[in-house]
Order: sequence, then C-alpha cells, then structure tokens
Amino acid sequence: MILVVAEQRGGTLNRASWEALACAQQMGGEVSVLVVGAGVDAVARELSAADVRDVVVVNHTALADYTADGYTAAVTDVLSRITPDVVLFPHTYQARDFAPKVAARLNRVAITDVVAVKRDGDRVVFVRPVFQGKLLADVVSEGDAPCIVTVQAGAFQAAAVRRGASAAPIRQLDVQIDEAAIRQKPEPPFQESRQAVDLTQAERIVSVGRGIKEQANIAIAQQLADAMHAELAASRPICDAGWLPMDRQVGSSGQTVAPKLYVALGISGAIQHLVGMKGSQTIVAINNDRDAPIFEVADYGIVEDLFEMVPALTAALKS
Amino acid sequence: MHIAVCVKQVPTRDWQPRLNDSGTWIRDEDASFEMNEPDAYALEAALRLKEQHGGDVTVCSAGPARVTQVLREALARGADRALHVQDDRFASADVYGIADALAAAIRDEPFDLVLTGLQSDDLGAAATGVVIAERLNRPHATIVMDVQVDGGTLRVKRELESGWFQWVSMPLPAVVTIQSGINQLRYATLKGIMAAKKKEIRTVTPAAAIDARQQIARLYAPEKGKKTHLISGSPAEAAKELVRRLREEARVIA
Repeated sequence: MILVVAEQRGGTLNRASWEALACAQQMGGEVSVLVVGAGVDAVARELSAADVRDVVVVNHTALADYTADGYTAAVTDVLSRITPDVVLFPHTYQARDFAPKVAARLNRVAITDVVAVKRDGDRVVFVRPVFQGKLLADVVSEGDAPCIVTVQAGAFQAAAVRRGASAAPIRQLDVQIDEAAIRQKPEPPFQESRQAVDLTQAERIVSVGRGIKEQANIAIAQQLADAMHAELAASRPICDAGWLPMDRQVGSSGQTVAPKLYVALGISGAIQHLVGMKGSQTIVAINNDRDAPIFEVADYGIVEDLFEMVPALTAALKS
Repeated sequence: MHIAVCVKQVPTRDWQPRLNDSGTWIRDEDASFEMNEPDAYALEAALRLKEQHGGDVTVCSAGPARVTQVLREALARGADRALHVQDDRFASADVYGIADALAAAIRDEPFDLVLTGLQSDDLGAAATGVVIAERLNRPHATIVMDVQVDGGTLRVKRELESGWFQWVSMPLPAVVTIQSGINQLRYATLKGIMAAKKKEIRTVTPAAAIDARQQIARLYAPEKGKKTHLISGSPAEAAKELVRRLREEARVIA
C-alpha cells in the first residue's frame, strides 16, 4: 500500500499533493491519503474525490501550525498503525523540513526529489536528479518498508489523478502528541515584498533572462505577460541585479514551477533554471542563439532577436 | 557560543560528468572539487555569529582525504578548528551514512548550534541537517535566511514557498540548514591562509560501520529534452504561427 501525505496550510490544500497522488496511482496498487492538521475535514473531503482506498485524517490542536516536531510525531504515530510499503510526500519546503526526520526516526533515509518511478522485476526504482540535474540516478531502497519518498513539483501532472466513482471513505485517526515536546515556536507567516507572487499556482508564465539586457526592457515582457494573462518571472541573474523582486525567480534557488505555458525570453537555459521549469506542460523559447540549452526542453522555439519578436507576439495575441 | 558547521566537498559547477565503469558513480579522479555553495553560506553565518556573540567555530566534514582542502579553506576564512571524519566510502555515501557519521563525531562536543547548507550540489537530498538533528535529539529548522541568538533561544527566519517567510524560535542547542545567498561571503585573506596552517584538523575514523539505506543502481545523463518545433518566418509571421499553435495544438491560451 502507498500512503500519500497531503500538505495543507491553514486548511488550504497544497496543489503539489495532487501531483504526489498522481505518482502513487501511477505506481499501482492500493493508495491511501493522509492529511494532518487541525480542522482539516474540508481538505479531507476534497481529497476523497480521488480514486483511493481511503483518506485518513488526523486533527489535533497541536497541529494547527506546522512544526517539524509536531508533524513528525503525528506522522510517525500514524505509520506505527497503518503500515504502508511506500510513503510519498510532495517535495515542498514543508516536506523537506520534516520528511527526512520521519525517515530517520524510523531508521530509514528519505529518497527525495523523485521525478519518476520505474519497476525492475519486483524492485521499485526511484529516479532523481543528482549533480545539479547534470545526471539522473536510479535509486533503490535498501532495508525494510516503509520507503519514504518525496516527489518533485511538476514531475507528475495533478490533472492525471484518477477520480473515484464515489467519494472515498474518510477515516479519523487520533494521535498522541505531547505538546510540551514541540520545541519549535512558529510565528505567523508573512510576505516581504508588497506584491509577492505565487508562481507555483500560475497557469501561464512569461520569464526573462539575461537576453533582456537592461531593466527598462522588462516592460516589453510585461506587456506580453499581460496579453497572455501570465505572471512575469525571471532567471536568477535578473533578480540578483534587482530588476525584478526575488519572489519572481524561477530555478533551483527560486521557485519550481509547472504551469500550462512557460515562455522563456532570452534565457539560455542553465541547469539551475531548467530544474525550476522543465516540468511545464508547454515551453516556448525565444532566443537568438540556436545552440542555447533552453531549446532542449522547448516545445516551440523561435530563433530571433527578442526585441523584434516579443512586440510582434504581443500584437498577434491582441489581434 | 560553540558552533559547528558541516560542509561537504562537491564537484565544481562547471565540471562535466564522467561515469565510472559500472555506471553507478562518477569518476572521482576526473572531477575538481570545491566547497558546497550552501555550506559556504552556513560557514559565513557561523563566522558572523561568532563575531557577534564570541565563541568558536568548528568546521566538520565527512569524506575522503581530499576534503582537507575545503577544511583548510574554511579555517583560512576564520573557522577555529576542523574535524574530519575520514573514509573513502563517504565520497558516494548516502545521507544516512554521512549524517550518522557527522552526528556521532559531534555528539560529545558541547556545540550550541550546528549549521549546514540546505542541500548539497552533488546528491542534493536536502536531508543531512534534518537527520543530524534527529540523531542528536535537537530541534531544527531548514532553509533559513536569518539567524538570531538571544541567550539560550534561537530565532530563525525560514523561507517558505512563494515569497512567504516565517520566524520560528526554539531552544539551543539546535540544528539549522542555511539557504544560499543569505549573506555576502568573505574570502580568505593572506593572513587567514597563513593562520590556517597552524590550526588543528583533527582526523577521526567513523565510529561505526557506514550503513547505506539506498543504493544507486545506475547513473545516466538525462534524455535530451523533447522535440522542439522551430517556427521560422518574419517576426510577424512567426508570432501569428506561434499563437495559432498555442491556441489550437497546445491549447494553453484562450
């Protein structure tokens, strides 16, 4: 049995949970979903639409705010009672904070950032990027179940989740948590920049790289983004230069995105950028260098000066 | 305050991967190595805390003999001493082996704070710091942008996703993983390099067998992406054709 640990914050389901569910269904066999928090019944109902054996809900006041200690205690308690072969988390910042701890407590090690799952006889093989995405590794778990795994954002399509004919049963589970043993005291989350943007939720993204040459030229990319109903994003050098705020950075040190459409303008496609966007459904690259690595992941490419091409594209969208 | 910084030596960023004969690991002898970038930021954070609060910084690494290079570099930048858990098998060991060895090596030392980078540029598991914390039974926080110490309490600014942040407090001793780019790295001065020669690098052998929990069955280059449809013509023609394809073929715009 595969257990998917869904992620929610303040009662809102993180979309990456569906991607982990898609991975679990693709692996085959029985799938259960676990959601942990306080007052998360609505999230459980949302998840019960999926074709899964059941949805296990843990509600506890000590889990209202995420803490590594609290969530580790809750999930390890659940794992002592339901015994999956594989536990899948989305590879979010939250899962990175506590999935390795859950694994360590069970004397295992998490296989993190998985992009594909294969079978080799009766062995399950997890594929994950290593060496900054220069290589992929086929990884097999040594030792006893459960195998703890985190799934990279965008590696599996949320839309691919099979829905059930009827809602899956929801099962409440009580866990014992010693509130005094939770050592982290979290303060409320906050946003630093005024117009902080959640690129991971964007359906379309127009992204600029060094090819934009100077800050004033970002306006033409913004016009294209507006015409496409897209969010504006950038590669790291643009944000390091302060031309766009850091929260618009896509890549290994920024956000990992998987929109329906990703338009890369003047982005060469360094691996640090590619790992953040190559899961996008459709990728368009506009670059005057035919050999730029961005064309290796692009579905559509135009080899052209972006200062000619971008206004033309904006005009074509408006006509 | 006594601070430990765990650093890893990884292939340089411009290194072109070559595999060993069995295709299960890289050819170590072809690679050039450097300090894992996020660990360099962790070291810088530790040096700044020392400047603010006093105390000392111990830099720790689990790896083969070659990792003395990054330990020397850390000493030249201002770390006070180094601890090297030496074994050739650490070159390709999983998080379990590395974290266990580091935890065992620092367990009996009176560290108030253990810092490390959020992930390594080689295996990139983003788990070592968390596992060390669990092994040492200390609270932790990951992907941290700012570290404040007030008496026995640690307050850190965690980066959440999508431009969100959160301050989290916890009692010391604790373990924190540091995000890249949170401070301006210092370079070693000539004086620092000279001073480093007199500083101690203590070499220990792993306390226990290096236990693996995962195995790399095969390493390979990712497939060269998908088939790119190149659209030609004048900018106006290409724009029109691209919009048509995005609407009718890919169906990603209205």
